[in-house]
Amino acid sequence: MTVAHAPSYESAMSSYEPVIGLETHVELGTRTKMFCGCPTEFGAEPNTQICPVCLGLPGALPVANAAAIEATIRIGLALNCEIASWSRFARKNYFYPDMPKNFQTSQYDEPLCVNGYLDVVLDGETVRVEIERVHLEEDTGKSLHVGGSTGRIHGATHSLVDYNRAGIPLVEIVTKPVAGAGANAPQVAKAYVTELRDVIRALGVSDVRMEQGSMRCDVNTSLNRPGAQWGTRTETKNVNSLRSVERAVHSEIIRQAGLLDAGERIIQETRHFHEDTGQTTSGRSKEEATDYRYFPEPDLVPLAPDAAWVESLKATIPEPPSVRIRRLQEAWGLTDHEMSSIVNAGAVELITATVESGATVEAARKWWLGELARRANAQDVELEQLSITPAHVAELQALVDAGRINDKLARQALEGVLAGEGSPEQVVAARGLEVVSDSGALGAAVDAAIADNPDIAAKIRDGKLAAAGALVGAVMKSTKGQADAKTVRELILSKLS
Amino acid sequence: MSTISRDEVAHIARLARLAVTEEELDVFAGQLDVILTSVQRVGEVAADEIPPTSHVVPLTNVLRPDEPGECLAPGDVLRSAPAAEQNRFRVPRILDEEA
Repeated sequence: MTVAHAPSYESAMSSYEPVIGLETHVELGTRTKMFCGCPTEFGAEPNTQICPVCLGLPGALPVANAAAIEATIRIGLALNCEIASWSRFARKNYFYPDMPKNFQTSQYDEPLCVNGYLDVVLDGETVRVEIERVHLEEDTGKSLHVGGSTGRIHGATHSLVDYNRAGIPLVEIVTKPVAGAGANAPQVAKAYVTELRDVIRALGVSDVRMEQGSMRCDVNTSLNRPGAQWGTRTETKNVNSLRSVERAVHSEIIRQAGLLDAGERIIQETRHFHEDTGQTTSGRSKEEATDYRYFPEPDLVPLAPDAAWVESLKATIPEPPSVRIRRLQEAWGLTDHEMSSIVNAGAVELITATVESGATVEAARKWWLGELARRANAQDVELEQLSITPAHVAELQALVDAGRINDKLARQALEGVLAGEGSPEQVVAARGLEVVSDSGALGAAVDAAIADNPDIAAKIRDGKLAAAGALVGAVMKSTKGQADAKTVRELILSKLS
Repeated sequence: MSTISRDEVAHIARLARLAVTEEELDVFAGQLDVILTSVQRVGEVAADEIPPTSHVVPLTNVLRPDEPGECLAPGDVLRSAPAAEQNRFRVPRILDEEA
Protein backbone atom coordinates (compact mmCIF):
# COMPACT_ATOMS: atom_id res chain seq x y z
CA MET A 1 0.00 0.00 0.00
CA THR A 2 1.28 3.44 -0.83
CA VAL A 3 1.79 5.74 2.09
CA ALA A 4 -0.11 8.91 1.37
CA HIS A 5 1.24 12.27 2.40
CA ALA A 6 -0.47 13.35 5.62
CA PRO A 7 -1.94 16.83 5.22
CA SER A 8 -2.36 19.20 8.15
CA TYR A 9 -5.70 19.10 9.93
CA GLU A 10 -6.46 22.63 8.68
CA SER A 11 -5.80 21.69 5.09
CA ALA A 12 -7.94 18.53 5.44
CA MET A 13 -10.76 20.69 6.78
CA SER A 14 -10.47 23.15 3.90
CA SER A 15 -11.20 20.35 1.40
CA TYR A 16 -13.51 17.94 3.21
CA GLU A 17 -16.41 17.73 5.64
CA PRO A 18 -16.41 14.93 8.22
CA VAL A 19 -19.37 12.79 9.22
CA ILE A 20 -18.99 10.84 12.44
CA GLY A 21 -21.01 8.21 14.25
CA LEU A 22 -20.47 6.68 17.66
CA GLU A 23 -21.28 3.27 19.05
CA THR A 24 -20.80 3.11 22.76
CA HIS A 25 -20.94 -0.03 24.89
CA VAL A 26 -21.68 0.31 28.58
CA GLU A 27 -21.36 -2.57 30.99
CA LEU A 28 -24.20 -2.34 33.50
CA GLY A 29 -23.38 -2.49 37.19
CA THR A 30 -25.93 -5.18 38.02
CA ARG A 31 -25.05 -7.70 40.73
CA THR A 32 -25.62 -10.62 38.38
CA LYS A 33 -25.27 -11.41 34.69
CA MET A 34 -27.84 -10.70 32.00
CA PHE A 35 -29.39 -14.14 31.73
CA CYS A 36 -28.18 -16.04 34.80
CA GLY A 37 -27.43 -15.47 38.46
CA CYS A 38 -23.63 -15.51 38.18
CA PRO A 39 -22.01 -12.60 40.01
CA THR A 40 -20.31 -9.85 38.02
CA GLU A 41 -17.45 -8.90 40.31
CA PHE A 42 -14.51 -7.28 38.55
CA GLY A 43 -11.14 -8.96 39.01
CA ALA A 44 -12.36 -12.35 40.26
CA GLU A 45 -10.23 -15.46 39.64
CA PRO A 46 -10.66 -16.65 36.02
CA ASN A 47 -13.70 -18.77 35.24
CA THR A 48 -15.13 -18.69 38.75
CA GLN A 49 -18.29 -16.74 37.85
CA ILE A 50 -19.62 -19.25 35.38
CA CYS A 51 -22.68 -21.48 35.14
CA PRO A 52 -24.33 -23.70 32.50
CA VAL A 53 -26.32 -20.71 31.14
CA CYS A 54 -23.33 -18.49 30.39
CA LEU A 55 -21.38 -21.46 29.07
CA GLY A 56 -24.32 -22.30 26.80
CA LEU A 57 -24.43 -25.92 27.96
CA PRO A 58 -27.27 -28.02 26.52
CA GLY A 59 -30.54 -27.62 28.40
CA ALA A 60 -29.61 -24.38 30.13
CA LEU A 61 -32.44 -21.84 30.19
CA PRO A 62 -31.64 -18.11 30.22
CA VAL A 63 -33.98 -15.68 32.04
CA ALA A 64 -33.55 -11.91 31.61
CA ASN A 65 -32.36 -9.82 34.55
CA ALA A 66 -35.11 -7.37 35.56
CA ALA A 67 -32.58 -4.80 36.84
CA ALA A 68 -30.78 -4.77 33.48
CA ILE A 69 -34.04 -4.25 31.56
CA GLU A 70 -34.96 -1.37 33.87
CA ALA A 71 -31.50 0.18 33.57
CA THR A 72 -31.70 0.05 29.77
CA ILE A 73 -35.14 1.64 29.69
CA ARG A 74 -33.89 4.35 32.06
CA ILE A 75 -30.88 5.03 29.80
CA GLY A 76 -33.32 5.26 26.87
CA LEU A 77 -35.53 7.70 28.77
CA ALA A 78 -32.56 9.85 29.81
CA LEU A 79 -31.58 9.97 26.11
CA ASN A 80 -35.09 11.11 25.13
CA CYS A 81 -35.85 7.85 23.32
CA GLU A 82 -39.15 6.19 22.54
CA ILE A 83 -39.44 2.99 24.56
CA ALA A 84 -40.61 0.09 22.42
CA SER A 85 -43.85 -1.53 23.56
CA TRP A 86 -42.61 -4.79 22.02
CA SER A 87 -39.00 -5.85 21.96
CA ARG A 88 -37.13 -9.08 21.45
CA PHE A 89 -33.72 -10.58 21.90
CA ALA A 90 -31.98 -12.13 18.93
CA ARG A 91 -29.11 -14.54 18.40
CA LYS A 92 -26.09 -13.10 16.67
CA ASN A 93 -24.30 -16.18 15.36
CA TYR A 94 -20.55 -16.27 14.96
CA PHE A 95 -17.63 -18.52 15.74
CA TYR A 96 -15.09 -16.83 17.94
CA PRO A 97 -13.76 -18.14 21.23
CA ASP A 98 -14.88 -15.06 23.21
CA MET A 99 -18.37 -16.62 23.40
CA PRO A 100 -18.63 -20.26 24.42
CA LYS A 101 -22.15 -20.49 22.97
CA ASN A 102 -21.10 -19.60 19.41
CA PHE A 103 -23.66 -16.83 19.50
CA GLN A 104 -24.20 -13.65 21.43
CA THR A 105 -27.66 -12.85 22.74
CA SER A 106 -28.31 -9.36 21.47
CA GLN A 107 -31.10 -7.31 19.94
CA TYR A 108 -31.52 -6.82 16.21
CA ASP A 109 -34.56 -5.25 14.58
CA GLU A 110 -36.56 -4.80 17.78
CA PRO A 111 -34.38 -2.83 20.25
CA LEU A 112 -35.76 -1.57 23.56
CA CYS A 113 -35.26 2.15 22.83
CA VAL A 114 -35.18 4.14 19.56
CA ASN A 115 -35.08 7.70 18.18
CA GLY A 116 -33.62 9.79 20.96
CA TYR A 117 -31.14 12.60 21.25
CA LEU A 118 -28.50 14.00 23.57
CA ASP A 119 -27.68 17.70 23.66
CA VAL A 120 -24.04 18.48 24.27
CA VAL A 121 -22.58 21.89 24.91
CA LEU A 122 -19.39 22.83 23.10
CA ASP A 123 -17.93 26.28 23.77
CA GLY A 124 -21.33 27.59 24.81
CA GLU A 125 -23.06 26.20 21.70
CA THR A 126 -25.56 23.36 22.01
CA VAL A 127 -25.07 20.52 19.52
CA ARG A 128 -27.83 17.93 19.28
CA VAL A 129 -26.58 14.38 18.69
CA GLU A 130 -29.39 12.13 17.55
CA ILE A 131 -29.61 8.62 18.95
CA GLU A 132 -30.58 5.83 16.60
CA ARG A 133 -31.09 3.08 19.16
CA VAL A 134 -30.27 1.76 22.61
CA HIS A 135 -30.24 -1.99 22.91
CA LEU A 136 -29.28 -4.65 25.40
CA GLU A 137 -26.91 -7.54 24.84
CA GLU A 138 -24.37 -9.57 26.77
CA ASP A 139 -20.65 -8.98 27.07
CA THR A 140 -18.10 -11.50 25.82
CA GLY A 141 -15.21 -13.30 27.55
CA LYS A 142 -11.67 -12.00 27.84
CA SER A 143 -8.82 -13.55 25.87
CA LEU A 144 -5.17 -13.71 26.77
CA HIS A 145 -3.02 -14.20 23.68
CA VAL A 146 0.04 -16.35 24.28
CA GLY A 147 3.20 -16.81 22.26
CA GLY A 148 3.24 -13.46 20.44
CA SER A 149 5.92 -10.95 21.32
CA THR A 150 3.59 -8.37 22.84
CA GLY A 151 0.57 -10.34 24.04
CA ARG A 152 -1.26 -9.31 20.89
CA ILE A 153 -3.46 -11.58 18.85
CA HIS A 154 -1.08 -11.28 15.89
CA GLY A 155 1.65 -13.89 16.09
CA ALA A 156 0.06 -15.67 19.06
CA THR A 157 0.38 -19.46 19.15
CA HIS A 158 -2.79 -19.93 21.18
CA SER A 159 -5.18 -18.03 23.42
CA LEU A 160 -6.52 -18.52 26.95
CA VAL A 161 -10.09 -17.49 27.63
CA ASP A 162 -11.76 -16.37 30.84
CA TYR A 163 -15.56 -16.33 30.61
CA ASN A 164 -16.26 -14.38 33.82
CA ARG A 165 -17.22 -11.35 31.75
CA ALA A 166 -19.27 -13.38 29.25
CA GLY A 167 -22.94 -12.69 29.92
CA ILE A 168 -22.57 -9.41 31.83
CA PRO A 169 -25.30 -7.04 30.62
CA LEU A 170 -24.00 -4.64 28.01
CA VAL A 171 -25.96 -1.70 26.66
CA GLU A 172 -25.12 -0.44 23.19
CA ILE A 173 -25.94 3.15 22.33
CA VAL A 174 -25.75 4.04 18.64
CA THR A 175 -25.93 7.59 17.30
CA LYS A 176 -27.29 8.60 13.94
CA PRO A 177 -24.60 10.03 11.66
CA VAL A 178 -23.45 13.41 12.95
CA ALA A 179 -22.82 15.77 10.03
CA GLY A 180 -22.19 19.48 9.98
CA ALA A 181 -19.78 19.63 12.91
CA GLY A 182 -16.96 20.59 10.52
CA ALA A 183 -13.56 21.04 12.12
CA ASN A 184 -15.18 20.59 15.55
CA ALA A 185 -16.06 16.94 14.81
CA PRO A 186 -13.33 15.53 17.12
CA GLN A 187 -14.46 17.78 19.99
CA VAL A 188 -18.14 16.99 19.36
CA ALA A 189 -17.29 13.29 19.55
CA LYS A 190 -15.50 13.77 22.85
CA ALA A 191 -18.22 16.05 24.25
CA TYR A 192 -20.88 13.49 23.32
CA VAL A 193 -19.10 10.58 24.99
CA THR A 194 -18.38 12.75 28.04
CA GLU A 195 -22.02 13.81 28.33
CA LEU A 196 -23.19 10.23 27.75
CA ARG A 197 -20.88 9.04 30.51
CA ASP A 198 -22.17 11.72 32.86
CA VAL A 199 -25.80 10.89 32.05
CA ILE A 200 -25.23 7.19 32.72
CA ARG A 201 -23.23 7.87 35.86
CA ALA A 202 -26.03 10.12 37.14
CA LEU A 203 -28.48 7.26 36.56
CA GLY A 204 -26.29 5.05 38.75
CA VAL A 205 -26.54 2.07 36.39
CA SER A 206 -22.83 1.69 35.58
CA ASP A 207 -19.52 2.97 36.87
CA VAL A 208 -18.73 3.92 33.22
CA ARG A 209 -14.95 3.67 33.64
CA MET A 210 -13.33 3.73 30.22
CA GLU A 211 -9.93 2.71 31.58
CA GLN A 212 -11.48 -0.41 33.15
CA GLY A 213 -13.47 -1.20 30.04
CA SER A 214 -16.94 -0.71 31.52
CA MET A 215 -17.46 1.93 28.84
CA ARG A 216 -16.03 1.34 25.35
CA CYS A 217 -16.36 3.36 22.23
CA ASP A 218 -16.23 2.65 18.49
CA VAL A 219 -15.92 5.71 16.29
CA ASN A 220 -17.11 5.86 12.68
CA THR A 221 -15.57 8.52 10.48
CA SER A 222 -15.98 9.48 6.84
CA LEU A 223 -15.08 12.49 4.72
CA ASN A 224 -16.81 14.07 1.76
CA ARG A 225 -16.27 17.11 -0.44
CA PRO A 226 -18.67 19.93 0.51
CA GLY A 227 -22.05 19.26 -1.07
CA ALA A 228 -21.07 15.77 -2.21
CA GLN A 229 -22.47 12.46 -0.94
CA TRP A 230 -21.10 11.08 2.30
CA GLY A 231 -17.89 9.16 1.87
CA THR A 232 -16.98 5.60 2.81
CA ARG A 233 -16.66 5.24 6.56
CA THR A 234 -14.18 3.40 8.70
CA GLU A 235 -14.92 2.06 12.17
CA THR A 236 -12.20 2.68 14.74
CA LYS A 237 -12.29 0.30 17.68
CA ASN A 238 -10.33 0.17 20.90
CA VAL A 239 -10.90 3.81 21.80
CA ASN A 240 -10.61 3.66 25.55
CA SER A 241 -10.48 7.18 26.92
CA LEU A 242 -12.28 10.45 26.33
CA ARG A 243 -9.11 12.04 24.99
CA SER A 244 -8.68 9.12 22.63
CA VAL A 245 -12.17 9.63 21.20
CA GLU A 246 -11.09 13.10 20.11
CA ARG A 247 -7.66 11.95 18.93
CA ALA A 248 -9.07 8.99 17.00
CA VAL A 249 -11.44 11.20 14.97
CA HIS A 250 -8.68 13.76 14.44
CA SER A 251 -6.10 11.28 13.19
CA GLU A 252 -8.62 9.37 11.07
CA ILE A 253 -9.66 12.64 9.37
CA ILE A 254 -6.03 13.39 8.52
CA ARG A 255 -5.37 9.85 7.30
CA GLN A 256 -8.46 9.76 5.08
CA ALA A 257 -7.79 13.25 3.71
CA GLY A 258 -4.26 12.12 2.77
CA LEU A 259 -5.65 9.14 0.83
CA LEU A 260 -8.34 11.20 -0.89
CA ASP A 261 -5.83 13.94 -1.78
CA ALA A 262 -3.72 11.26 -3.45
CA GLY A 263 -6.74 10.11 -5.44
CA GLU A 264 -7.08 6.88 -3.50
CA ARG A 265 -10.26 5.32 -2.16
CA ILE A 266 -11.20 4.78 1.46
CA ILE A 267 -11.72 1.12 2.25
CA GLN A 268 -14.66 0.34 4.50
CA GLU A 269 -12.94 -1.48 7.32
CA THR A 270 -12.38 -1.83 11.02
CA ARG A 271 -9.36 0.04 12.33
CA HIS A 272 -7.64 -0.16 15.69
CA PHE A 273 -6.67 2.90 17.70
CA HIS A 274 -3.31 2.91 19.45
CA GLU A 275 -3.14 4.97 22.63
CA ASP A 276 0.62 5.35 22.42
CA THR A 277 0.86 6.80 18.91
CA GLY A 278 -2.61 8.31 18.58
CA GLN A 279 -2.86 6.63 15.16
CA THR A 280 -5.17 3.98 13.75
CA THR A 281 -4.07 0.86 11.90
CA SER A 282 -6.06 -1.44 9.69
CA GLY A 283 -7.76 -4.31 11.50
CA ARG A 284 -8.44 -6.16 8.30
CA SER A 285 -8.07 -9.88 8.47
CA LYS A 286 -8.80 -12.56 5.92
CA GLU A 287 -12.24 -13.12 7.41
CA GLU A 288 -15.21 -13.06 5.12
CA ALA A 289 -17.81 -10.35 5.22
CA THR A 290 -19.81 -10.81 8.39
CA ASP A 291 -23.04 -12.76 8.17
CA TYR A 292 -24.48 -13.11 11.62
CA ARG A 293 -27.74 -14.84 10.66
CA TYR A 294 -29.72 -13.05 13.37
CA PHE A 295 -32.92 -14.75 14.46
CA PRO A 296 -35.28 -14.25 17.40
CA GLU A 297 -33.91 -15.94 20.51
CA PRO A 298 -36.18 -18.93 21.09
CA ASP A 299 -35.19 -19.40 24.75
CA LEU A 300 -36.37 -15.94 25.81
CA VAL A 301 -39.88 -14.54 25.61
CA PRO A 302 -40.49 -11.03 24.20
CA LEU A 303 -40.35 -7.91 26.33
CA ALA A 304 -43.43 -5.71 26.39
CA PRO A 305 -42.83 -2.81 28.76
CA ASP A 306 -46.26 -1.36 29.58
CA ALA A 307 -46.90 2.36 29.85
CA ALA A 308 -47.27 2.30 33.64
CA TRP A 309 -43.87 0.63 34.08
CA VAL A 310 -42.19 3.12 31.74
CA GLU A 311 -43.90 6.04 33.52
CA SER A 312 -42.72 4.81 36.90
CA LEU A 313 -39.16 4.58 35.55
CA LYS A 314 -39.45 8.06 34.04
CA ALA A 315 -39.97 9.40 37.55
CA THR A 316 -36.50 8.11 38.51
CA ILE A 317 -34.57 10.02 35.82
CA PRO A 318 -32.31 12.62 37.43
CA GLU A 319 -31.65 16.16 36.26
CA PRO A 320 -29.75 16.06 32.93
CA PRO A 321 -26.07 16.83 33.50
CA SER A 322 -26.12 19.79 31.08
CA VAL A 323 -28.99 21.36 33.03
CA ARG A 324 -27.08 20.67 36.22
CA ILE A 325 -24.05 22.49 34.77
CA ARG A 326 -26.15 25.62 34.28
CA ARG A 327 -27.45 25.36 37.82
CA LEU A 328 -23.96 24.88 39.26
CA GLN A 329 -22.62 27.80 37.23
CA GLU A 330 -25.25 30.02 38.77
CA ALA A 331 -24.68 28.70 42.28
CA TRP A 332 -20.93 29.12 41.97
CA GLY A 333 -21.25 32.56 40.39
CA LEU A 334 -18.99 31.77 37.44
CA THR A 335 -18.88 33.24 33.94
CA ASP A 336 -19.58 31.09 30.85
CA HIS A 337 -15.89 31.00 30.14
CA GLU A 338 -14.94 29.94 33.68
CA MET A 339 -17.57 27.22 33.70
CA SER A 340 -16.58 25.84 30.32
CA SER A 341 -12.94 25.60 31.39
CA ILE A 342 -14.14 23.41 34.26
CA VAL A 343 -16.27 21.31 31.91
CA ASN A 344 -13.52 20.99 29.31
CA ALA A 345 -11.05 19.93 31.96
CA GLY A 346 -13.48 17.20 33.07
CA ALA A 347 -13.47 18.73 36.54
CA VAL A 348 -17.18 19.29 37.27
CA GLU A 349 -17.61 16.28 39.53
CA LEU A 350 -14.20 16.80 41.13
CA ILE A 351 -14.88 20.44 41.97
CA THR A 352 -18.41 19.66 43.16
CA ALA A 353 -17.04 17.01 45.51
CA THR A 354 -14.21 19.28 46.66
CA VAL A 355 -16.69 22.02 47.51
CA GLU A 356 -18.85 19.45 49.30
CA SER A 357 -15.77 18.51 51.33
CA GLY A 358 -15.57 22.06 52.62
CA ALA A 359 -13.37 24.01 50.18
CA THR A 360 -14.48 27.23 48.52
CA VAL A 361 -15.27 27.15 44.80
CA GLU A 362 -12.34 29.45 44.23
CA ALA A 363 -9.89 27.15 46.03
CA ALA A 364 -11.28 24.04 44.33
CA ARG A 365 -10.90 25.67 40.91
CA LYS A 366 -7.40 26.89 41.73
CA TRP A 367 -6.12 23.40 42.54
CA TRP A 368 -7.94 21.34 39.90
CA LEU A 369 -7.48 23.72 36.99
CA GLY A 370 -4.00 24.83 38.06
CA GLU A 371 -1.42 22.59 39.63
CA LEU A 372 -3.39 19.34 39.17
CA ALA A 373 -4.39 20.04 35.54
CA ARG A 374 -0.73 20.76 34.81
CA ARG A 375 0.35 17.44 36.29
CA ALA A 376 -2.45 15.48 34.56
CA ASN A 377 -1.42 17.05 31.30
CA ALA A 378 2.24 16.23 31.85
CA GLN A 379 1.32 12.59 32.56
CA ASP A 380 -1.15 12.49 29.67
CA VAL A 381 -4.02 11.32 31.88
CA GLU A 382 -7.46 12.63 32.84
CA LEU A 383 -7.75 14.67 36.04
CA GLU A 384 -9.84 11.99 37.69
CA GLN A 385 -7.11 9.42 37.07
CA LEU A 386 -4.69 11.29 39.34
CA SER A 387 -4.24 9.55 42.68
CA ILE A 388 -5.81 12.33 44.67
CA THR A 389 -9.39 12.66 45.88
CA PRO A 390 -11.55 15.80 46.19
CA ALA A 391 -11.47 15.27 49.97
CA HIS A 392 -7.64 15.44 49.82
CA VAL A 393 -7.77 18.72 47.93
CA ALA A 394 -10.20 20.20 50.44
CA GLU A 395 -7.96 19.00 53.30
CA LEU A 396 -4.90 20.53 51.64
CA GLN A 397 -6.64 23.88 51.28
CA ALA A 398 -7.81 23.71 54.90
CA LEU A 399 -4.17 23.31 55.96
CA VAL A 400 -3.26 26.40 53.93
CA ASP A 401 -6.20 28.37 55.33
CA ALA A 402 -5.22 27.43 58.88
CA GLY A 403 -1.73 28.79 58.20
CA ARG A 404 -0.14 25.42 58.88
CA ILE A 405 1.41 25.29 55.41
CA ASN A 406 1.99 27.94 52.78
CA ASP A 407 1.40 27.62 49.02
CA LYS A 408 4.89 26.37 48.35
CA LEU A 409 4.68 23.70 51.04
CA ALA A 410 1.19 22.83 49.82
CA ARG A 411 2.63 21.93 46.43
CA GLN A 412 5.15 19.64 48.13
CA ALA A 413 2.33 18.06 50.16
CA LEU A 414 0.39 17.58 46.93
CA GLU A 415 3.33 15.79 45.43
CA GLY A 416 3.38 13.41 48.39
CA VAL A 417 -0.34 12.70 48.07
CA LEU A 418 0.04 11.99 44.34
CA ALA A 419 2.95 9.70 45.13
CA GLY A 420 0.65 7.67 47.37
CA GLU A 421 2.13 8.76 50.69
CA GLY A 422 -1.28 9.31 52.25
CA SER A 423 -3.59 12.23 52.97
CA PRO A 424 -2.26 15.82 52.99
CA GLU A 425 -2.26 15.77 56.80
CA GLN A 426 -0.21 12.55 56.79
CA VAL A 427 2.21 13.83 54.15
CA VAL A 428 2.74 17.10 56.02
CA ALA A 429 3.48 15.15 59.22
CA ALA A 430 5.69 12.53 57.53
CA ARG A 431 7.68 15.01 55.46
CA GLY A 432 7.78 17.61 58.25
CA LEU A 433 6.33 20.29 56.03
CA GLU A 434 4.50 22.30 58.64
CA VAL A 435 5.19 26.03 58.71
CA VAL A 436 7.25 27.06 61.74
CA SER A 437 5.59 30.09 63.33
CA ASP A 438 6.86 29.52 66.84
CA SER A 439 8.97 32.62 67.57
CA GLY A 440 11.33 30.68 69.82
CA ALA A 441 12.21 28.25 67.05
CA LEU A 442 12.52 31.02 64.50
CA GLY A 443 14.51 33.34 66.74
CA ALA A 444 17.82 31.60 66.06
CA ALA A 445 17.28 31.70 62.30
CA VAL A 446 16.41 35.42 62.49
CA ASP A 447 19.48 36.14 64.63
CA ALA A 448 21.66 34.30 62.14
CA ALA A 449 20.19 36.27 59.22
CA ILE A 450 20.82 39.57 61.03
CA ALA A 451 24.40 38.54 61.84
CA ASP A 452 25.04 37.48 58.22
CA ASN A 453 23.63 40.70 56.77
CA PRO A 454 24.86 43.62 58.92
CA ASP A 455 24.34 46.19 56.16
CA ILE A 456 20.69 45.33 55.70
CA ALA A 457 20.17 45.21 59.46
CA ALA A 458 21.64 48.68 59.73
CA LYS A 459 19.23 50.02 57.09
CA ILE A 460 16.27 48.62 58.99
CA ARG A 461 17.54 50.13 62.22
CA ASP A 462 17.62 53.46 60.32
CA GLY A 463 13.90 53.05 59.60
CA LYS A 464 14.11 51.65 56.07
CA LEU A 465 11.54 48.95 56.80
CA ALA A 466 11.28 47.87 53.13
CA ALA A 467 14.74 46.32 53.50
CA ALA A 468 13.22 43.72 55.89
CA GLY A 469 12.12 41.70 52.84
CA ALA A 470 15.70 40.68 52.11
CA LEU A 471 16.12 39.32 55.64
CA VAL A 472 12.80 37.49 55.48
CA GLY A 473 14.07 35.89 52.27
CA ALA A 474 17.29 34.83 54.00
CA VAL A 475 15.33 33.21 56.84
CA MET A 476 13.00 31.44 54.40
CA LYS A 477 16.03 30.10 52.61
CA SER A 478 17.72 28.83 55.78
CA THR A 479 14.46 27.18 56.93
CA LYS A 480 13.81 25.65 53.51
CA GLY A 481 10.63 27.67 53.07
CA GLN A 482 9.01 26.33 56.20
CA ALA A 483 9.06 29.53 58.23
CA ASP A 484 5.90 31.57 58.53
CA ALA A 485 6.84 34.72 56.64
CA LYS A 486 4.58 37.00 58.66
CA THR A 487 6.04 35.86 61.99
CA VAL A 488 9.58 36.17 60.63
CA ARG A 489 8.93 39.74 59.54
CA GLU A 490 7.48 40.68 62.93
CA LEU A 491 10.49 39.10 64.69
CA ILE A 492 13.00 40.97 62.51
CA LEU A 493 11.29 44.30 63.08
CA SER A 494 11.02 43.81 66.83
CA LYS A 495 14.67 42.74 67.12
CA LEU A 496 15.88 45.73 65.08
CA SER A 497 13.62 48.45 66.43
CA MET B 1 -35.51 -26.84 -9.88
CA SER B 2 -33.92 -26.19 -6.50
CA THR B 3 -34.70 -22.82 -4.91
CA ILE B 4 -31.42 -23.09 -3.10
CA SER B 5 -28.17 -23.17 -5.04
CA ARG B 6 -25.03 -25.20 -4.45
CA ASP B 7 -23.22 -21.91 -3.76
CA GLU B 8 -25.68 -21.04 -1.00
CA VAL B 9 -25.20 -24.45 0.58
CA ALA B 10 -21.44 -23.99 0.41
CA HIS B 11 -21.75 -20.54 2.01
CA ILE B 12 -23.93 -21.80 4.86
CA ALA B 13 -21.61 -24.76 5.38
CA ARG B 14 -18.65 -22.39 5.64
CA LEU B 15 -20.47 -20.18 8.18
CA ALA B 16 -21.27 -23.28 10.23
CA ARG B 17 -17.69 -24.56 9.88
CA LEU B 18 -18.87 -27.76 8.21
CA ALA B 19 -16.70 -29.56 5.68
CA VAL B 20 -18.97 -30.53 2.81
CA THR B 21 -17.84 -32.46 -0.28
CA GLU B 22 -18.84 -31.58 -3.85
CA GLU B 23 -21.27 -34.51 -3.93
CA GLU B 24 -22.79 -33.51 -0.61
CA LEU B 25 -23.48 -30.00 -1.93
CA ASP B 26 -25.95 -31.53 -4.39
CA VAL B 27 -27.47 -33.83 -1.78
CA PHE B 28 -27.99 -31.02 0.76
CA ALA B 29 -29.22 -28.54 -1.83
CA GLY B 30 -31.96 -31.02 -2.66
CA GLN B 31 -32.78 -31.76 0.99
CA LEU B 32 -32.78 -28.11 2.04
CA ASP B 33 -35.03 -27.39 -0.91
CA VAL B 34 -37.61 -29.85 0.39
CA ILE B 35 -37.46 -28.25 3.83
CA LEU B 36 -37.77 -24.69 2.50
CA THR B 37 -40.64 -25.60 0.18
CA SER B 38 -42.50 -27.21 3.07
CA VAL B 39 -42.00 -24.22 5.34
CA GLN B 40 -43.01 -21.84 2.56
CA ARG B 41 -46.47 -23.40 2.58
CA VAL B 42 -47.05 -21.57 5.87
CA GLY B 43 -46.96 -18.37 3.82
CA GLU B 44 -50.01 -19.54 1.89
CA VAL B 45 -52.20 -19.38 4.99
CA ALA B 46 -50.49 -16.53 6.89
CA ALA B 47 -52.41 -13.37 6.03
CA ASP B 48 -51.03 -9.88 6.62
CA GLU B 49 -52.92 -9.45 9.88
CA ILE B 50 -51.17 -12.44 11.43
CA PRO B 51 -47.89 -11.34 13.03
CA PRO B 52 -44.85 -13.60 12.62
CA THR B 53 -44.47 -15.91 15.59
CA SER B 54 -41.15 -16.44 17.28
CA HIS B 55 -42.56 -18.17 20.30
CA VAL B 56 -45.39 -20.63 20.76
CA VAL B 57 -46.14 -19.58 24.34
CA PRO B 58 -48.02 -16.27 24.64
CA LEU B 59 -45.84 -14.92 27.43
CA THR B 60 -43.97 -11.63 27.81
CA ASN B 61 -41.70 -10.06 30.45
CA VAL B 62 -40.45 -13.21 32.09
CA LEU B 63 -37.77 -11.70 34.30
CA ARG B 64 -35.74 -12.69 37.31
CA PRO B 65 -34.64 -10.50 40.22
CA ASP B 66 -30.99 -9.37 40.23
CA GLU B 67 -29.95 -11.85 42.91
CA PRO B 68 -26.84 -14.05 42.74
CA GLY B 69 -27.37 -17.76 42.20
CA GLU B 70 -24.96 -20.65 42.22
CA CYS B 71 -21.96 -20.93 39.94
CA LEU B 72 -20.16 -24.07 38.86
CA ALA B 73 -17.16 -25.20 40.89
CA PRO B 74 -13.95 -24.10 39.11
CA GLY B 75 -12.95 -27.72 38.45
CA ASP B 76 -16.30 -28.45 36.83
CA VAL B 77 -16.08 -25.42 34.53
CA LEU B 78 -12.94 -26.66 32.83
CA ARG B 79 -13.71 -30.39 33.06
CA SER B 80 -15.18 -30.64 29.56
CA ALA B 81 -12.77 -28.16 27.99
CA PRO B 82 -10.56 -29.85 25.37
CA ALA B 83 -7.58 -28.01 26.88
CA ALA B 84 -7.06 -25.68 29.81
CA GLU B 85 -4.18 -23.61 31.13
CA GLN B 86 -3.96 -21.15 34.05
CA ASN B 87 -7.64 -21.85 34.89
CA ARG B 88 -8.58 -20.64 31.43
CA PHE B 89 -9.92 -22.37 28.35
CA ARG B 90 -7.07 -22.93 25.95
CA VAL B 91 -8.07 -22.36 22.34
CA PRO B 92 -6.07 -22.69 19.11
CA ARG B 93 -4.52 -19.72 17.37
CA ILE B 94 -7.30 -17.31 16.37
CA LEU B 95 -5.73 -15.53 13.39
CA ASP B 96 -4.04 -17.23 10.47
CA GLU B 97 -0.28 -16.73 10.41
CA GLU B 98 -0.36 -14.47 7.37
CA ALA B 99 -3.14 -12.27 8.75
